[in-house]
Amino acid sequence: MDRKVVIPGEEIATGEDYLPGEGTEKREGKIFALKFGLAEEQNNLIKVIPLSGNYQPRRGNTVIGEVENINSAGWFISIGASDSAFLSMNEVPRFVNKDAMDEVFEIGDVVCAKIWSMSKRGIDLSVKGRGLGKIKEGIIFYINPNKVPRVIGKEGSMIKLIKDETDCDINIGQNGAIHIRGENVEKELFAKKAIEFVTQKSFIEGLTEEVTKWLEENKK
Amino acid sequence: MVDKVRTTDRVTGERIAKYLSEGKRFDGRGPLDFRKIIVEKGISKKAEGSVRVKLGETEVIVGVKLGIGEPYPDSPNKGNFMVTAELLPLSSPRFENGPPKFEAIELGRVVDRGLRESGFIDFEKLCIKEGEKVWTVFVDVYSINDGGNLMDAAALGAIIALKIAKLPKYDEEQNKIVFELTNKPIPITDIIPIPVSVHKVGDAFLVDPTREEEDLSKTRVTIGISNGIISSVQKSNSESLSIDEMKKVFEIANEVSKKTLKELQKYF
Repeated sequence: MDRKVVIPGEEIATGEDYLPGEGTEKREGKIFALKFGLAEEQNNLIKVIPLSGNYQPRRGNTVIGEVENINSAGWFISIGASDSAFLSMNEVPRFVNKDAMDEVFEIGDVVCAKIWSMSKRGIDLSVKGRGLGKIKEGIIFYINPNKVPRVIGKEGSMIKLIKDETDCDINIGQNGAIHIRGENVEKELFAKKAIEFVTQKSFIEGLTEEVTKWLEENKK
Repeated sequence: MVDKVRTTDRVTGERIAKYLSEGKRFDGRGPLDFRKIIVEKGISKKAEGSVRVKLGETEVIVGVKLGIGEPYPDSPNKGNFMVTAELLPLSSPRFENGPPKFEAIELGRVVDRGLRESGFIDFEKLCIKEGEKVWTVFVDVYSINDGGNLMDAAALGAIIALKIAKLPKYDEEQNKIVFELTNKPIPITDIIPIPVSVHKVGDAFLVDPTREEEDLSKTRVTIGISNGIISSVQKSNSESLSIDEMKKVFEIANEVSKKTLKELQKYF
């Protein structure tokens, strides 16, 4: 079966040969889409890759979010998911003074963190690890979280290309938040434009060549 | 909890302010450049005049409706004028459903004041019978998308909507409005009160901010100005301005309003 665009409620396949995967539902022997996206079949398993919608958190994802609130045990981080995310003080690799939690992370600070556990109660974050922690400078902007895989590319090829061409450090959160840091603002803005170009053209084939061309044309 | 939903984080804010101190903006404009004004006329079939104004990502709809009413006792020979603004939740995460809050009320009143005090509308010509019957002009502003500077977009939209609006037919015997447009426009004059909102971010002044820049702005002064004559001033937000800074704001407003008027005249 070829990939095709489906809308919620659309019938994708009939028969007992198929199994419903992510974003689909089986009713009366038929498989229906639950999301707007691309329907795909692999070993009789049908799934829908969403093209729009909110961020669906997964364990192990790196996310970028803003500190929303503080309590005596840690910080609440808004990562754009339906559940709230909590960063416990035990997951911060440094000494935390319980009377001055905002010395570590203040309300309004932007934090890069990893999802290490998910339960019904919510999402638990951790900043133990390389590259995680408070973001001190740079530009942060948001893209559609469903387009993050396109921006990263196959085995990181797309993002490596953009990083090399713009000399910027680029950090992508799976929730669609992107942090760029470069030598100067011009370079950062150029990187931002390049990423926005990728998200706009995310549906075309041979995107890497297209982006290489765009980067060359627009480079000063 | 935070009292205001911020849409720009602190880190990015610092970058914008730093870049602006060099006189540059993220979208490549100069500090005193307006975004391109795009106007679409006659979008509502039931309104007497309606426009959709786009300033970059910002989008507002302005409609003009006319009714018959009694004049106010202190102005028996003048028509009535009312501006209402509604900031719809669909336009920004900062807006919520329910009765209008501070921002919406301010927006309506500033647009109202700019148009009323400049003499843009000839209110005496809106009188049907002195002390008894006058035309009432309703201007409604709806935000569709908040990409910054709703204030100027709304006021510019109101100017064009009033300019293209036609009076409906009024049946004097039955004392009823027949909803059928005449060719008669609303009596307006040549004085066009161009709105200019000047923001102060860090030490720099700028006009027509994007959402991010507006989040950073500590002071906003909205000025209604026509041919160098100031008809209305509104100072908002928390920070104060010195007298010299205020003078600079007036200079900026005067300069920018000329450019904006030229842009706007394409749509008259």
